[in-house]
Order: sequence, then C-alpha cells, then structure tokens
Amino acid sequence: MSQPDLRERAERCYDKIAALVSGPVSLMEVCGTHTMAISRFGIRARVPETLRLLSGPGCPVCVTPASQIDHLMAMAREPGVIVTTFGDMLRVPGSKSSLEQERTRGSDIRVVYSPHDAMEIARAAPDRIVVFMGVGFETTSPTIAATMIKALAAGIGNFCVYPAFKVVPPAMDALVASGETRIDGFICPGHVSTIIGSAAYEPIARDRKVPCVVTGFEALDVLEGVILLLEQRAAGKAEVQVQYRRAVSPEGNRTALDILSRTFTPCDAAWRGIGVIPGTGLEPREEFLSMDARRRVQVEMPKDAVDLPAGCGCGEVMRGLKVPTECAMFGTACTPSRPIGPCMVSTEGACAAWYRYGRG
Amino acid sequence: MSVQGTITLDHGEGGAATSRLVRDVFLRHLGGPEVLEDAAIVAGAERIALTTDTFVVRPSVFPGGDIGKLAVCGTVNDLAVMGAEPRYLSAGFILEEGLEIALLEQVVASMAATAAEACVRIVTGDTKVVARGEADGLYVNTSGVGVMPAGRTLSSASCEPGDAVLVSGSIGEHGTAVMVAREGFGMTGDFKSDCQPLGDLARALLAAAPGVRCMRDPTRGGLATTLVEIALASKVEIRLREETIPVRGAVRGACELLGLDPLYVACEGRLIAVVPADQADAALGALRSHPRGAGAASIGEVREGKGLVLDTRVGGLRPLIALEGAQLPRIC
Amino acid sequence: MCLAVPGQVMQLDGTSARVKFHGVERVVQMDLVPEVKLGDWVLVHAGYAIQCMDEEEARETLALLAQIEGEMEEQSRAEAKP
Repeated sequence: MSQPDLRERAERCYDKIAALVSGPVSLMEVCGTHTMAISRFGIRARVPETLRLLSGPGCPVCVTPASQIDHLMAMAREPGVIVTTFGDMLRVPGSKSSLEQERTRGSDIRVVYSPHDAMEIARAAPDRIVVFMGVGFETTSPTIAATMIKALAAGIGNFCVYPAFKVVPPAMDALVASGETRIDGFICPGHVSTIIGSAAYEPIARDRKVPCVVTGFEALDVLEGVILLLEQRAAGKAEVQVQYRRAVSPEGNRTALDILSRTFTPCDAAWRGIGVIPGTGLEPREEFLSMDARRRVQVEMPKDAVDLPAGCGCGEVMRGLKVPTECAMFGTACTPSRPIGPCMVSTEGACAAWYRYGRG
Repeated sequence: MSVQGTITLDHGEGGAATSRLVRDVFLRHLGGPEVLEDAAIVAGAERIALTTDTFVVRPSVFPGGDIGKLAVCGTVNDLAVMGAEPRYLSAGFILEEGLEIALLEQVVASMAATAAEACVRIVTGDTKVVARGEADGLYVNTSGVGVMPAGRTLSSASCEPGDAVLVSGSIGEHGTAVMVAREGFGMTGDFKSDCQPLGDLARALLAAAPGVRCMRDPTRGGLATTLVEIALASKVEIRLREETIPVRGAVRGACELLGLDPLYVACEGRLIAVVPADQADAALGALRSHPRGAGAASIGEVREGKGLVLDTRVGGLRPLIALEGAQLPRIC
Repeated sequence: MCLAVPGQVMQLDGTSARVKFHGVERVVQMDLVPEVKLGDWVLVHAGYAIQCMDEEEARETLALLAQIEGEMEEQSRAEAKP
C-alpha cells in the first residue's frame, strides 16, 4: 500500500465516523496498546468531540496492586535474588519506591524482553534465585506458562514467577455490571483475542447488550474498529465482530490456552484503583507451586501498602469515569518524569499516553 | 612499540609508567611536540567556539565506532553545527585499573584517525587512573575549539514560519547499534552507528544555503527532543510529516520489537538544518550530493504556533514532547 | 495491552526458531504454535510466537505500517558508499 492510499483511506474513515456520530458516544478501548495507538496516530484530534474514547483497565502494569510491587521489591532486597521484569514495570511506583529506584540502591533487577530470557539467566546463575515478574493479560501469560513448563522439564529449579496476571473478559463484564460509566461499545484487545478467541466476548454482547469489536493496532485498524462499533450502535445491534481478522479467530489459540490451563488456575485478583474482581487472576497449579515466587522466596508481603496516593485519579481513569485530563494532578503534580499514579508511568498507561502524545 | 598488559594505578602516578603510557600510546597515535609543556599554544581568531563533552558509552567498542571515535565526533559536531570551523581538541581520559592497554590503544588510534578525517588536531590531553571498580573501563572527555567565520550567527531561536526542516540521513542508528551491542536482547541485524564527523558536511551546506537559520546534531533524546528545543527557542511550531522521516529497516525492526520510538533514539552523525524556504532545494541538494548526507530528506516545515507536531501517516496530529527518561523495552 | 510484531521463520530448531523482522533477526520460542513450518509468518509477543499467519495477512500488517522500506534500504546503500 502506498502512502497516499493510506492517507486517503484514513480520510474516508474520518468522514464515515463524523457521519455516524450524532450525539454523545463513549467507546472504551480495553487495551492500553489501543490507548497508545489512538494517541500516537493523533486520532482524537480528527474525530467529533462527542465521541469519547475512554481508556479502560488495559495496562497490566498499571493494574498491578502496589502491595504486589512492594512485595517484589522486598524480594529483590534479599541476598542472592535476581528480579527480572519487562521494561514496562520498572518505573511503576509501589507504595514508596519503584523497581528502578530499588536498583539504584543495589538490588539486582534486570529488564528482559522475554520470560525465556529470564529462564536463561536462571540457567546461567544456578546459585541465585531468579524471580520473573509475571504481569500481563492472556497474550502474555501463556508465554510465561510455556517458560515455566520448560524450566520444570529442564530442572531449572532456581527460576520462579511472581504471579500477578490478569484475565480480561470478566473484568470487562464487571465494569459494565457496575453501571458506573456508560459504555456504548468495547474496542476489544487484538492480541489478547488472538489467544482467547473472539467468542470470549459473546456473553458481554449478548447479556450486557454492549457491542464488541476485536480491533488491530494500526491506525486504520482502530478507525475501522470504531466505525464497526458506531454502525452496530446505529443499527441497534450488540454483537461480537472481528475487525482484526488477520490475527484473530473465534476459537483463539487452543495450544496456548491448554498450556495456560495446565499451568494456572483462576483466582480472584485485586486490580489497582479498582478493587478485587472475582475470577480475574491466575495462580499456579499444584505441580508448579515450587515455581511460585511467593513460596520460593520467603519474604512477607509488606503490610503497609498504599494502593494509590491521595488525590490520584488513576482508579477513575481505569474505570472509564474520567479521562486523564480530568484528574487535578495531570500534567502538573503528576508527569512522566515524576509520576504519582501508575497510569502516568507505563508508555501505554492512559495518562502517560495522553501526556506524551497530547489529547489529540 | 606497542604496550602490553593492563592499566595499573602506577600509570596514573605521574612517574615513569605515566610517561611511557603517554609516549607509547597517546603520542604515538596522536602526535605531539618533543617536549611536553603544560599547555598547547595554537593560532587563534577573533571569535572562537568552545565546547566540551564527556563520553561514558558502554560498550566501549560497538558496530560502526568506539568511544574514541565518538569522543572526537561528538565535540567536532557540536562545533560544526554552530557554523564554526573545528580546529583543536583536548582529550582527557579516566582509566580503570585493569583496563587492557590494547583496548586503550585501539580507542586512541581511532581518535587519531577520526581527528585526521575531521581535519582537527588533538593538541593537549590528560590521563587519570582510578582503582578497579571505581569506573567502568574508560571514560573520555574532549573539549574543542573552532574558529567562527566573521559575520556567521546560527541560532536555534532564529527559525521563521515557512522555513524547511531537513535531516541529513536516517535516524536512530547510533542509539540502536549501541543498545543492541550492550543489551543484545537476542537480536542480530545490520546495526551500525552513524557516528561520523560533520564539519565538511556542514561547510557544504552553508556554502549552498548561506541563509541556514540553525543546525543541530540530534544526539541524546533523538530527533524529536532536539526539534522540540528548536521550536521552543524560536517560539514557532515545527510540523513533521511522518512518512518523510528516514528510518532504516533494521532500526525500525528493532524499535518495533522492543516497543521503542525511533524519533527519540540518538544519532551521532546526523545534522538537522532549518533553512529558509527559498534555499531548501539548494540545501537538500548539497546534503545529498555529499557522502555524509546521501540519505538527507526534507521532513517538515516551520509554522506559526507552538511546539513540535507530527502529521502522522494517517493524517492525525500528534504533539511530540521532549524525551522523559530513557526508553525501556516494553511488551505493551 | 500487548505489542506483537509479525516476522518470518527463517530457521527452525525444535521449539525455537530464528525469525526475521524487517532487518532484524531474533530467536523466538515456538511452544504456542506447534504447527509452525519453515517459512511461515508468525505474530511474536515477548519472545514467543502467539499465532501463525499466512503471508498475505502478515503483509497486510506490514502494509498498514506503511513503510517506505525500499527507499530506506536504497538510502542506506547510498550511505555505505565511500
């Protein structure tokens, strides 16, 4: 596709969106990578103001409770422990500190690109305990499950995982059920759906009457996803549609789902700024308990965790009650270089994306 | 004669070991007078440009360069983009005890070669040795003196609406090459720092387009951070057109995999020029016909307004801000 | 969340493979896509392939990235000339 084609196709999408929006509409992008794409491509500046694109709880590091981050940092302070993490997590504040700050104080904290790389660090350092911070939705958790299966098979007994995973569809359902905010449609996460399949959203469309469109991450994908949602709304429908057909099937990736369920079992999970949502966490099955960092590294979870600092609006932002600019601290007290809340940290955190790329 | 072994604390004590190191490593490559005095006396000019920079890059050697080449280029380029003719450099070294002298020699030889390429002389220097663990291999400081031609004033604050924004080649090459050399992240590919001296390219550009408002080399913080600074200084908007910004495949691939933005990745051999519209074609032609600027492109224009704005490849408008902290590889 | 990038399998060795993305190659784990074959396109997240794609699907993503790759590569060759 040549560049002018792309611009022309985008212009046609903007026209279509403008024609479809007649009054206030709120669409929620559940996935932080969508938040990021919408900001990065400057899409907000080109759609009608009455079309609100809300950021949901789709940044897995933002929704990791401060208590778990505090716990991980306490483990990192133990002699002989190496903490490994995706770069996303490094600057996210716990109650008092972040992994990055702990590293400056001497903890051995390393950024990896893949959980497999963390396992290789463990293989190369048999006298150390290597903790991998297991954050992520269904896209990421199977990669970590597969790594755990391999580590177990290879007898790499010094590799363990701190389970802080989250599961997406029940959280979406809980958001709608709470009735706190109006959601006229979900821009469903593309790569989570690669794993779980688009059928996973059927109950939300059918029972909660909220249109769902599984959407890709390039600019045209997002624009097409928005159009499909607006068209459903105009037709009074609430269905699951897949815009991102090239990567998503109705049934998902069976192998990945099998690996995930072999390794983990569902549990309740606390979402930072939101609270406990039943059935949205994952914990290791019996066979993998020895790889649970909370057992492997005997350090108590600090009890004095402060989930969000006073005045922080991250909870409201993640529940779709506010857009980042409606938080009093946004861009003044809270900036990416001095973040107060978790959403200002990760590049895909809603506040960071809005700050970095403007509202547009 | 080449010096064998590793750096010891004795090499920093100012005695015979120091003298041998200076003679056999530094002077052998960089040249110098028979008798070393406490300062170099050089020819001057009415106006001189003076700059300094310290280099701590890890690893010391990376594809496309090393800390020595970088230390010469970095300082030469700071002079060149001010419109000065780079002439003299000083070189200060902090060496960690245990450093392989062969590595030091490689770095010094590379400084000599780069200085020759850039037509500058390294006329004074200093060496200190610190105990093992108190530094990481070697650090280099270079200060540079350049001659300012009469009447030449380039300033980031002088850009006007209508001006064109040019970049002399593909961006993000240095930062990506060093990151891959340091962290690896398991990636292999055609990574090569763009590290090169820009004095002759800047001269060719100024000859073809004497009205150039300003030049900058987008090092730390990358293209975006440097242009934010220019827009702020000139109280204008700079609007970039995304698809015109040259990014090479390997850099784009690495950035996509790791979730980094090439607009914020450092260059060490590129210059940005803001040029009045009527000289833009001549300026671009001069850059492209020079081997150091063959990949030059016109990437945007100056407008009334504020800040740096990217006209994205789908016609959206994305404000760009200065880099906030180092970019980290991410999965989200 | 979740960045994932399409690449092509250049070499396959058990559950790990060398995958090419633009000008970059990296070892990628294939545990989640046991059906993968040499030359297949895969969608890669956190060092694991999470889905096989046919070439057309992968190229669609690459086309949407709207890269003027040909031009860039030409430039890099031009720069490599002395």
